[in-house]
Amino acid sequence: MTTVYVPRDSGALSLGAEQIAAVIRTEAAKRNIRIDLVRNGSRGMYWLEPLIEVATDGGRIAYGPVRVRDVASLYDAGFLEGGSHPLCLGPTEDIPYLKNQERLTFARVGITDPGSLDDFRANGGYRGLRRALEMAPSAIVDEVTQSGLRGRGGAAFPTGIKWRTVLNTESDQKYIVCNADEGDSGTFSDRMIMEGDPFVLIEGMTIAGLAVGATQGYIYLRVEYPHAHRALNEAIEAAYQSGYLGRDILGSGKTFDLEVRLGAGAYVCGEETSLLESLEGKRGLVRFKPPLPAIEGLFGRPTIINNVISLASVPIILDKGGEYYRDFGMGRSRGTLPIQLAGNLKYPGLIEKAFGVTLREILYDYGGGSATGRPIRAVQVGGPLGAYLPESQFDTPLDYEAFSAIWAVLGHGGVVAFDDTIDMAKMARYGMEFCAIESCGKCTPCRIGSTRGVEVIDKIIQGVDRETNLKLLRDLSDTMRNGSLCALGGMTPYPVLSALNHFPEDFGASMAEQAA
Amino acid sequence: MAEHEWDREHVREIIRGNKDKPGALLPILHGIQDALGYVPPDSVPLIADELNLSRAEVHGVISFYHYFRDTPPGKRTIYLCRAESCQAMGSEALETHAKRRLDIDYHETTRDQAFSLEPVYCLGNCACSPSIMIDKDIYGRVTAEAFDDIIKNMQVIAQ
Repeated sequence: MTTVYVPRDSGALSLGAEQIAAVIRTEAAKRNIRIDLVRNGSRGMYWLEPLIEVATDGGRIAYGPVRVRDVASLYDAGFLEGGSHPLCLGPTEDIPYLKNQERLTFARVGITDPGSLDDFRANGGYRGLRRALEMAPSAIVDEVTQSGLRGRGGAAFPTGIKWRTVLNTESDQKYIVCNADEGDSGTFSDRMIMEGDPFVLIEGMTIAGLAVGATQGYIYLRVEYPHAHRALNEAIEAAYQSGYLGRDILGSGKTFDLEVRLGAGAYVCGEETSLLESLEGKRGLVRFKPPLPAIEGLFGRPTIINNVISLASVPIILDKGGEYYRDFGMGRSRGTLPIQLAGNLKYPGLIEKAFGVTLREILYDYGGGSATGRPIRAVQVGGPLGAYLPESQFDTPLDYEAFSAIWAVLGHGGVVAFDDTIDMAKMARYGMEFCAIESCGKCTPCRIGSTRGVEVIDKIIQGVDRETNLKLLRDLSDTMRNGSLCALGGMTPYPVLSALNHFPEDFGASMAEQAA
Repeated sequence: MAEHEWDREHVREIIRGNKDKPGALLPILHGIQDALGYVPPDSVPLIADELNLSRAEVHGVISFYHYFRDTPPGKRTIYLCRAESCQAMGSEALETHAKRRLDIDYHETTRDQAFSLEPVYCLGNCACSPSIMIDKDIYGRVTAEAFDDIIKNMQVIAQ
């Protein structure tokens, strides 16, 4: 019986994968052919979605993008044996976009059946946990520290140091919290992991629990991800049934319980202390730090709070060793970064690469330039609080320190490209507007500053007291940057001022000013 | 505004089924909104009483989160992404089109109660921009024509 793969990833579903799967089944029945239809995750090549695959003796053969009307002709062409067809892309693994990646965290995404624990184990899953079960907590933390892993949510704080703090803090109860509130525009790597390989996240959180002595985990998931919600709940249920969660994990005597909790559409709840408040059932107001969540976190107890990708990278680190992971990357940015190519690009998708690849390489060699065929004028890296980069900065390598040196951030690895029709003054205004909509309201610079920011940018655009208002905008940005309680207000100046600095002509600057 | 009928016993069951969880309020509010489509303002005293919170605290939480609503939505809720990646692929034109086609603004419901329209800041489908979500179904690379087709199909099914 031939195995056919049709993704159940939201991106593929958004382009009709569910209908394709249904028609593939009906057509098989009509032709009296028995097939095994697996709903895998996405390979991350979204311009080819829905991308279906067929398992043949020569490996998996890809076809895409498939539409409902193509299905009959695929059968006619003998696609079940890898037959040639205009949509045939050849062996999936040979597609250069995929072939030239370093897939560590995403090793199984798009390959396995995300609902199958057996498939997960057959492809290297739970090897990290087995090793961790034989190690002392402190040794697990050492392994993570050695890997050089830094928080992939965006702050890039060394994961091992955070874990060490929780390990060293005495308490009768500790927590592992996964930040799955992936709110940054242009990012979807967390979603792809949760939909395409949910067990790897469960494994990573279980290892974190063993490392610091925490027995309860929560995944705080954004409500905008219904498919990830379903995939996680199915996987958690399967893990409980097979003894990978709950009391006495694999007969070790260790306990780890895990539950998914839904957010409710507040961007600020991606900020760790706001998220903890929300998990406690309150308004997502940002907390003052210190105390650090590692010391007084959820319900006042020591808490590891890590992003999905950070936790999902832990199993391979435990399986293959910290050094293996650390040997990828450059400078102080070790390992790999799942880069998400979005916006106006010909080949948008996910590429997991070792740090050090340049922005230009990912925009053109992978992204293929703009989808509209016009020049790429600006790129926003790192979500709505990330800076806009002009073409002159495209040779910057993806490295936390290199980005920081040009007053930009890598954040969660989202890259959104804009062509030359973009109005950067409008994007700057949107940056302030977004902050005003999403501010939790606790601190004044963010709550009031963002609203005044929109007004000031409006005046600049209208040419009202331009010089005075430009100065005011910079002053205001300075106050927000230095006076805000968290990154929402504190980083809104990145998109705003980078737009102003790199694209002054969009803010009504004269030629003379631009030259100066 | 007319009072809407809702089943008190059902809501009480949802509250009691969740109240012993640590941090129970959000799961309870989700449970109520899943069941009724919104969190009725007159359910607030019930929730407050069961959780031993003040009504102000419960109201404060409901109003903090964009997703929770205190009025009944239309039969279907359309979430239109306003974030940067979708903007780069023409979501502003789609937004204008959708508002005109439905003849409503954000946070409003069509006269026939068929659709509510809400802005959303990223659906995580940025490689298929622009995106919308209708209830829990996501649509990518949505053009104005595709939007009309989706709406028309839903209206046909509803009839």
